[in-house]
Amino acid sequence: MLVPILKQGDYLIASIQSELSDADLLKLRDDLVRRVSEFRSRGVIVDVTVLDVMDSFATRTLRSMAHMVMLRGAETVIVGIQPEVAFSMVQLGLRLEGVTTALDLEEGLSLLDHKIKGDNGLG
Amino acid sequence: MADKACVPINSEIDIVTARQKGREMAQQLGFSSTELTLIATAISEVVRNIVEYAKHGELCVDIVQQGDKRGISVIAQDNGPGIPNIKLAMQDGYSTGKSLGLGLPGAKRLMDEFDIVSEVGKGTKVTMKKWVQKNVR
Repeated sequence: MLVPILKQGDYLIASIQSELSDADLLKLRDDLVRRVSEFRSRGVIVDVTVLDVMDSFATRTLRSMAHMVMLRGAETVIVGIQPEVAFSMVQLGLRLEGVTTALDLEEGLSLLDHKIKGDNGLG
Repeated sequence: MADKACVPINSEIDIVTARQKGREMAQQLGFSSTELTLIATAISEVVRNIVEYAKHGELCVDIVQQGDKRGISVIAQDNGPGIPNIKLAMQDGYSTGKSLGLGLPGAKRLMDEFDIVSEVGKGTKVTMKKWVQKNVR
């Protein structure tokens, strides 16, 4: 299942549409890292709202993606981790160390604005 | 409703199929949405172990009854290389593969019961159970 990546100004938004296999996740990671360079993006948002499982592989792949994007000079925000998924990740012992998360797409965008453009998010 | 279902495991795509099948079965039993996620995640971890180490195997979900308790039983079985040291494999952070080493001990934490039998050269069988909490539903 292909994940559409939308370019919006300085940002890239990857909105996951359905459950992803391991191969899909790796492809998303590679596509995003490549496009950050291609579009000279400053920020990346990955919306995981539809994922009802984030196991050790998914977590590790998203974490490595965020670190790769960071090495290309951009920021990543993971948005939309469901409460049940958060509960299960903690039980499993999974952490997204060094990765910024936000409640939803809107919060994620204002967080990026704040970090990158110095916008205080109020105006 | 069918009370037993098996999914053959041959590639990483089957991980998604297996956890969907488990979630479907657990849903019929009336587990909460958090519990459904825990079950699906535990299935994901044990099935990934099959794909990574044994390549082929099978995942079966079954409805089980014990006294007045009802629950789901998940059995992941393969004829792979087996695990030489189960105690070590059940330790957080231990991995001989490329994973985080949280798969088996993690799955154990997500379920109510967890049992693993493995013989080197013969294969591995993981049996996990989760019971429906009556006071919740």
